[in-house]
Amino acid sequence: MSAAQTTRTADKPTEAPPEHRREWAHMALITIGPVVVALVIGGLVLIAMGVNPLTYYSYVAGRGLFSPSGLQATLTRMGPLLLIAASLIVAFRAGIWNLGGDGQFLLGAVLVAAAGPALVEIFPVWVVLIVGLLIGAVVGMLWSVVPALLRAYQGVNEIITTLMMTFLGVSLANVLVKLAFLDPTTTVPQTRTLPVEDRLPRLFDTTVSSGLLIGLAVIIVVHLVMTRTAFGLKLRVVGANSKAAIHAGLPVPLLTVLVFGISAALAGLAGAVDILGTQGNVRADWNPAYSLTVVPLVFLARFNGFGTIAFVFLFSVLSIGGESAARKLGVPNYFSLVIVAILLVVLGLTEYLDQRRQQKVRS
Amino acid sequence: MGLFTEAFLTSLVLGAVVAGIPLLLAGLGEQLSEKAGVLNIGLEGMMLIGAYMGFLIAYVSGSTTLGFAFGALGGMAVAAIMALLCVRLGLNQIVIGIALTLGAEGITALLHNIQFSRTYPRLDAMDTLPIPLLSGIPVIGPAVFDRPVIVYIAILLVFVMIYVFRATHLGSALQAAGDKPAALDAAGVDVICTRTVAVLCTGLFAGLGGAFMSIVGAGVFVPFMTHGNGFIGIVLAMLARGKPLWVLGGALLFGACLSMTTALQVAGVDIPTDVIQMLPFAMVMLVLILAGRRASLPLALGSSYVRGAR
Amino acid sequence: MVGSSASPVAAQGPVVSLRQVTKRFPGVVANDHVTIDLWPGEVHVLLGENGAGKSTLVGMLSGLQKPDEGEILIDGSAIDIASPRQALDLGIGTVFQHSMLVPSLTLVDNFTLGGPWWKRPDREGVAARMREQASSIGIRIDPYALAGSLSLGEQQQVEIVRALMRGSRCLILDEATAMLTPRDAEQLGELMRRLVARGLAVVFITHKLNEALAYGDRISVLRLGKNAGAMEPQVLKSADTSAAMAEVVRMMFGTNAFGEAESGAREMRAVGGRPVLAVDGLAVDDGSVPLSGISFTVAAGEILGLAGIDGNGQKQLAEALAGQRPIRSGSLKLKGVSLEKAGVGERRSHGLRYVTDDRLGEGTVGTFPVSTNLLLKQIGDRPFWKSGVEQPAAIADNARRYVGEFDVRTPSIETPVAKLSGGNIQKVLLARELSGAAEAVIFAKPTYGLDVQNIRSSRRRIREAAEAGRAVLLISTDLEEILELADRIAVMSQGRIVGTVDNDADARRKIGELMSGMTV
Repeated sequence: MSAAQTTRTADKPTEAPPEHRREWAHMALITIGPVVVALVIGGLVLIAMGVNPLTYYSYVAGRGLFSPSGLQATLTRMGPLLLIAASLIVAFRAGIWNLGGDGQFLLGAVLVAAAGPALVEIFPVWVVLIVGLLIGAVVGMLWSVVPALLRAYQGVNEIITTLMMTFLGVSLANVLVKLAFLDPTTTVPQTRTLPVEDRLPRLFDTTVSSGLLIGLAVIIVVHLVMTRTAFGLKLRVVGANSKAAIHAGLPVPLLTVLVFGISAALAGLAGAVDILGTQGNVRADWNPAYSLTVVPLVFLARFNGFGTIAFVFLFSVLSIGGESAARKLGVPNYFSLVIVAILLVVLGLTEYLDQRRQQKVRS
Repeated sequence: MGLFTEAFLTSLVLGAVVAGIPLLLAGLGEQLSEKAGVLNIGLEGMMLIGAYMGFLIAYVSGSTTLGFAFGALGGMAVAAIMALLCVRLGLNQIVIGIALTLGAEGITALLHNIQFSRTYPRLDAMDTLPIPLLSGIPVIGPAVFDRPVIVYIAILLVFVMIYVFRATHLGSALQAAGDKPAALDAAGVDVICTRTVAVLCTGLFAGLGGAFMSIVGAGVFVPFMTHGNGFIGIVLAMLARGKPLWVLGGALLFGACLSMTTALQVAGVDIPTDVIQMLPFAMVMLVLILAGRRASLPLALGSSYVRGAR
Repeated sequence: MVGSSASPVAAQGPVVSLRQVTKRFPGVVANDHVTIDLWPGEVHVLLGENGAGKSTLVGMLSGLQKPDEGEILIDGSAIDIASPRQALDLGIGTVFQHSMLVPSLTLVDNFTLGGPWWKRPDREGVAARMREQASSIGIRIDPYALAGSLSLGEQQQVEIVRALMRGSRCLILDEATAMLTPRDAEQLGELMRRLVARGLAVVFITHKLNEALAYGDRISVLRLGKNAGAMEPQVLKSADTSAAMAEVVRMMFGTNAFGEAESGAREMRAVGGRPVLAVDGLAVDDGSVPLSGISFTVAAGEILGLAGIDGNGQKQLAEALAGQRPIRSGSLKLKGVSLEKAGVGERRSHGLRYVTDDRLGEGTVGTFPVSTNLLLKQIGDRPFWKSGVEQPAAIADNARRYVGEFDVRTPSIETPVAKLSGGNIQKVLLARELSGAAEAVIFAKPTYGLDVQNIRSSRRRIREAAEAGRAVLLISTDLEEILELADRIAVMSQGRIVGTVDNDADARRKIGELMSGMTV
């Protein structure tokens, strides 16, 4: 929350400049600091594995960032991740722990993958793409109805219900792929493949999917809605102090259901973008588990949309470069999970120390 | 229907036990934490480290006993981080829980990749300890009373927990730490210390559960092998409302669902694993929908304790 | 009533004495050179309004807080009470208003809490001692009952038994009757008499005068952190009830009470005219204090004071009027428009405003800037939002205007409101609720927890609101405040309005009687 306020105040430098400049430097320090520390600790892990961290990091950067094909892959990867991040920002800012993003994502993806190839036979491509995106969003939304209602009207902890729905959703997605939407022409259990020419258009002459644009547009819109509109403010009031929300006459249960709906729709949309832009089909047992890995990035950016874009970019570089490094240097891609975990712990500690410091300053 | 043959029933009960024991251990562990007021989302990570450590040590030393011991220690090590960050420093229990799970997934997958990805070693099936007389009962006998010792220990732990909860000062202290920490503090017991002990025990139990999966259940270690068992454990603990016997019942029921596929295959029915795997989760959701707000949790769950603060 | 002279240990000196004890908190002197002796065999009643310094005193005796100046003597020698545990060891037991029992444990497990972890608690032994101790003071408890299944009154009895089993010689009952049913309160009173008969020193903290007189041997009154008077046992016993009551009321509220100089006796203003706010037969469901049969009207320019001891349904009434809590039956009319089914927003737009006493809990969002908090109840309204999009210039203008007009001391309009002092947060609330087309304003404890200056400015705002023709409902537990500001005064007790009086020269006495449960 504090990040949003800082950006907002930064637009009006006339209010109290010196204090805000210091605040900015402070924000930068407690945001970039944990990243550096996490990379250093990650480096120690690499040393323990017998890999020179400098070699590894420069290889990852080279493959994920400084080579044209790598950069294009990185940017394409960002599309769905940004949508997941947007989904989490809406929920977390409203104080709702939607940890069910993976189920919402995967079911959206499977139904889009099933509908896509069938629809292209009847409709023009642009209709298929729009309908596909809608299907993803609606499916994701539907998958959150039960946790939403339970939380809004029964007060049942949404962490548990969304996690359960995620496991349920992942299995259901597999069942659908294996039983309902199986492509009879291949031996690998998977859905029919959407032809490359019928997917989301690529940007200019690159291989970057326009899913990136959708992701960027959505997360910026989400950021602006959450920070600049009445609706976003209402959600933030509910998240920050639900008693104040009742005092101010906000319809808390209704807003809770809306938050679930929007958040889950965005996760489902992420699934649609991944299928329509990159994958083209869903293989059985495919589960990239984006949602839990994006949670830390959103926290790191303190729910700020622009900060999130930066961290999603960093993570994409790390994971695309890491995939190459896995083949070349023998460090599996799982290393990025370790980095994210370290990052979360360091972030937690940073916030703790920062709070302690501020208390000391005050007293 | 010729479905309920002895072979089918035996494999069903056996499957329920094999798949249920890790859930039981995880659920019992989480129950300890929750009783003391700590929501332990890192359970999955503790199980995974337990599974890895258990397998590694059992494989290297050739002793499954040592394997289980180190599996438990591995789980406790993760729990120690949790206790330090969440109980002592009061960091967000959900964020740290997710971090520990992700980190455990990453680290174990990395280590597995370095050590075993080319050889994929297997452990031999563990020796079973048939219990005289009981093991002769049809269906139940071979499935329950002709198992490795660890199965009996796990079931014994249920009764140990019941004893601890009902008949020791520790049981009362845990309950108070979760329901009214201030009252415990006033009685001169350190709340932070009580919760730390609870979280460490959770790690121990979850580590054992993970080790069971790799040593007994699979005989190998595979990355991400705990497959949501930790999260089911959390739900089991929440639904069991502090009663260890309920965790046992729930774990066996979930285990039966998870193992139904094998049993059905024995019976010649072909249903994809995934359909069966949905059953436990669907069941939990159904229970939550029906039980609604009555699903009871300790009053101070998830909030860190600061003396004098209200 | 058991006379104190009958107790076997009355001849000894005081068990506990406070000598010139002073305790300061940022901006407040909670206890200012307070001196009190606690004698064995006596119920010592500590009387005082909210904020008089009673809870701070209890905090220091029970080891939660330490005095800044002065000393606490135990059996005549000065001792630092460093922790709750040490207080217990010294024989000072405290029973707080909110139970300190773990609801999900049995009583006997609550009593054995803290033993070595691996051991079995000696339940039979402790249960036997509990029963014995309980029956020795004339009560019955079931050691194996769950603490949570007991009523609050029973839980307090249990805590008294626990304090006795720990060897307490001085027992503090902090606002013990505040949340009890009358019957439970009566039983507690009888129990106190039995305890002092055994030679204990009992400190009974309350703001109910009738209880003080019925059960007390000695009365000390605190006002604004200072000793405001005391009544010795001889005096208390010899005086008849109504004379004692008058004397205590005089000590509590004073004839030359604080704030009187500013207002003088409030002149009776001619406030006639049509009622702006009319409530008739209002009933509201609530777990602890349900409301029923609430009827009153407030005319334009009139201030209706709502007096009463805290927790008698004032909060519920304010929330029901503001629309935060459903009304079961009855009517609520603002300028003739029925609003009992309207939501918070609709009532506000009709001109009904509510200044809550829970300033940070529900009144504001602490992490949000002052400017946003000023508009918390108008999110989405023009001109601050156009088609749902915020207009920073309009929002900032609005904030600057009210920060200036209401003299909110804040580094900037973007400062998170939680960083402001209580007085300035209150100004933000006042600005929000008094702005625009306010017709009727409900103030809930508007000066609670504020310092003198902010109390003055808040009261001035209330008076100005009335002078501007608004109907004002002033809910306060500070009788002085109500006497200073209100035109008429209603007294609330146990979810009902038990009487309404004009604020004339005789009002103080009549209200005191209504509050203490006598009929006028």
